[in-house]
Amino acid sequence: MARMTESNSSDEQPPSMELDAETEVPTEAAVAANGAQLALAEEQIVDIGETVGNVRCEDPYVVAENVNVFYGDNHAIKDVTLEISKKEVIALIGPSGCGKSTFLRCLNRMNDSIETARVSGDISLGGQDIYSKEFDPVALRARVGMVFQKPNPFPKSIYDNVAYGPRIHGLANDRAELDEIVHNSLERAGLLKEVKDRMDEPGTGLSGGQQQRLCIARTIAVNPEVILMDEPCSALDPIATARIEDLMDELSEDYAIVIVTHSMQQAARVSGRVAYFHLGLLVEVDETDKIFTNPQHKLTEDYITGRIG
Amino acid sequence: MNESRNTLQKVEAGLPGRRRRETMFKLAGLLATTVGIVFLGVFFADLIAKGSSAFVQTQVRLDVEFDAQVIAPGGEMDIAYADFDGLVRASLRGVFPDVSGRNERRELYRLVSVGAGYQLRDMIVADPNLLGTTQAIWVPAASTVDMYVKGNIDASLDESLRPLSDAQIAWVDALRAAGNLQTQFNSALFSNGDSRDPELAGIRGALMGSFYMLIVTVMLAFPIGVAAAIYLEEFAPRNRWSDLIEVNINNLAAVPSIVFGLLGLAVFINWVALPRSAPLVGGLVLSLLTLPVIIIASRAAIKAVPPSIREAALGLGASQMQVVFHHVLPLALPGMLTGTIIGMSRALGESAPLLMIGMVAFIVDVPGGFSDPATALPVQIYLWADSPERAFAERTSAAIIVLLGFLLVMNLAAVIIRKRMERKW
Ligand SMILES: Nc1ncnc2c1ncn2[C@@H]1O[C@H](COP(=O)(O)OP(=O)(O)OP(=O)(O)O)[C@@H](O)[C@H]1O
Ligand SMILES: [Mg+2]
Repeated sequence: MARMTESNSSDEQPPSMELDAETEVPTEAAVAANGAQLALAEEQIVDIGETVGNVRCEDPYVVAENVNVFYGDNHAIKDVTLEISKKEVIALIGPSGCGKSTFLRCLNRMNDSIETARVSGDISLGGQDIYSKEFDPVALRARVGMVFQKPNPFPKSIYDNVAYGPRIHGLANDRAELDEIVHNSLERAGLLKEVKDRMDEPGTGLSGGQQQRLCIARTIAVNPEVILMDEPCSALDPIATARIEDLMDELSEDYAIVIVTHSMQQAARVSGRVAYFHLGLLVEVDETDKIFTNPQHKLTEDYITGRIG
Repeated sequence: MNESRNTLQKVEAGLPGRRRRETMFKLAGLLATTVGIVFLGVFFADLIAKGSSAFVQTQVRLDVEFDAQVIAPGGEMDIAYADFDGLVRASLRGVFPDVSGRNERRELYRLVSVGAGYQLRDMIVADPNLLGTTQAIWVPAASTVDMYVKGNIDASLDESLRPLSDAQIAWVDALRAAGNLQTQFNSALFSNGDSRDPELAGIRGALMGSFYMLIVTVMLAFPIGVAAAIYLEEFAPRNRWSDLIEVNINNLAAVPSIVFGLLGLAVFINWVALPRSAPLVGGLVLSLLTLPVIIIASRAAIKAVPPSIREAALGLGASQMQVVFHHVLPLALPGMLTGTIIGMSRALGESAPLLMIGMVAFIVDVPGGFSDPATALPVQIYLWADSPERAFAERTSAAIIVLLGFLLVMNLAAVIIRKRMERKW
């Protein structure tokens, strides 16, 4: 824990265990060591057993029961059960390749567009099975929005970027209403002041941080119930990151937010609960404080103390 | 520490070799480019040297009397039977009154193109008031005279070895000295269809034929190609069938074009019974020919659209169709258009398949529609290149210049479209 707070504030790099080691080529050595650790962890995996902590929550809204995901033969998510309530921020953490993104993308069926991906188990939103035949993924994604790792504004004007969702879903009856939605969304995303006078300029001309806030504005313009964020700050500098984190704080009053992050500080700052994934398994879920001060599982402890990269 | 110094030494030891190889590679590239440019330069120089003279044509000024006796013997104009050639001859005799004797006069008459009579007829039809007047008009000289004026006939050769006799050369020189014979812009080249007489032959018919064909090709190949590309790239399930289709489309792009001509002959002419030699059939065949090119280019353009854009739209709840039409297509369109224009330029330069569907016929009339008999520009070049007259040689080169000009414009358009639409974002 002590190491965590002192480590650099860049979000991209998880705390590295090899920083102080004496070596000519630190990065390579660190990589090799991490690889060894992972291999070691893989052996331990056999007796991970049940998820530690509490996968259930009060007033669950998104419920995943025994979810398995396969990419061809690759078993990427193994029997994960997790409940998410309507007004919380839950952070998914874990080493690279453990299936955080995969699990996140199950929640709005973005895996549908990957040919090899197969999802089994039940995921429900407000009691409805989102993988049932009657549930249209288009309607689902209007209710479960997504912000991606790399800011990906459309190559259209700032206005059109935000207006796109409301337009395709027919949320506004006339231009004035649409203007209002765009205005409010940009305001909530904390971007309005910066772009007020350049609404017709391309969204791709903004800075990285502004682009990411534009993407958030675009997502909340549809007024979803849940917002999924896959490492939303990993391409941003600390100041832009701080702004987005503040934003998440505000948004959590109205939306359930599921955020994947590699930064433990970020998880600690923004989330109420933390779920730790390891090699496709959900190892431990608990309140953020508890995870970071008193992890129950050995793997969780290893990860947050920087022993698994 | 020691090791790192070692690394440095090894790297430095290898550096001269690396630099040498890099220099060699650059030189080789430069050489290849230079050779290519030199060949291109020689080709263009040769073409322009041979073809530029076809853009002018020798004309003779004659004082022609629109003799009412000849044109309207009974008071009524009788265009069909009037002897306009006789009028031309009469005025030639007026210029050289000393020429007598059947053979001499016949030689004199041969200085002027047979087109002169038609020109008089067209004039009187356009303006009947000319009847009875005498007009100074420029009429085309015969192609042999034209060749002599352009320096392609050596007057010092023995008379029997050249197409112009001594007497004819003397007359031409006399006309030229009097200012009644000069070279002027060859408007016939652009306003006439094909002809047996080089001085009357033009590329208008072939140009129109090519134009109608390209219209058919664009109208069919672009929408079908783009639709197929979108379907294959965005909607088709990936399985053995789609793999098979993909392989076949790629193969189709490499099929010799004459095979498409055979296909067109068998299917469109023999089976569907569409008219032979028609731009419609030519366009159909060229559509088949360009479809694979357009599909491949369009698929590449679609593939080049960043997946993050697709994900963003999907994540907002856009349907697959909306993703394609709102985001993918606008971004892929420049690439698709470029592919289409390149396919079109290929179609414009294609002659082999057209030979198979009868577009190689000698057609004088300029086609006025999609089912009129027509040739195409490359076929016209082929036909002229095959003609024995010296004057057709320069017209062949001129037609090639025109064809290359069109290809240049099309490729330029492709570049401009790409630049314009890409710069937007
Ligand atoms: N489109 C895909 N096709 C095939 N396999 C995939 C695909 N996406 C992910 N995988 C595999 O699924 C596993 C989990 O990947 P996932 O992207 O969910 O990891 P992650 O936890 O998000 O990692 P990171 O922190 O690096 O983003 C990995 O083994 C990965 O190789
Ligand atoms: Mg990921």
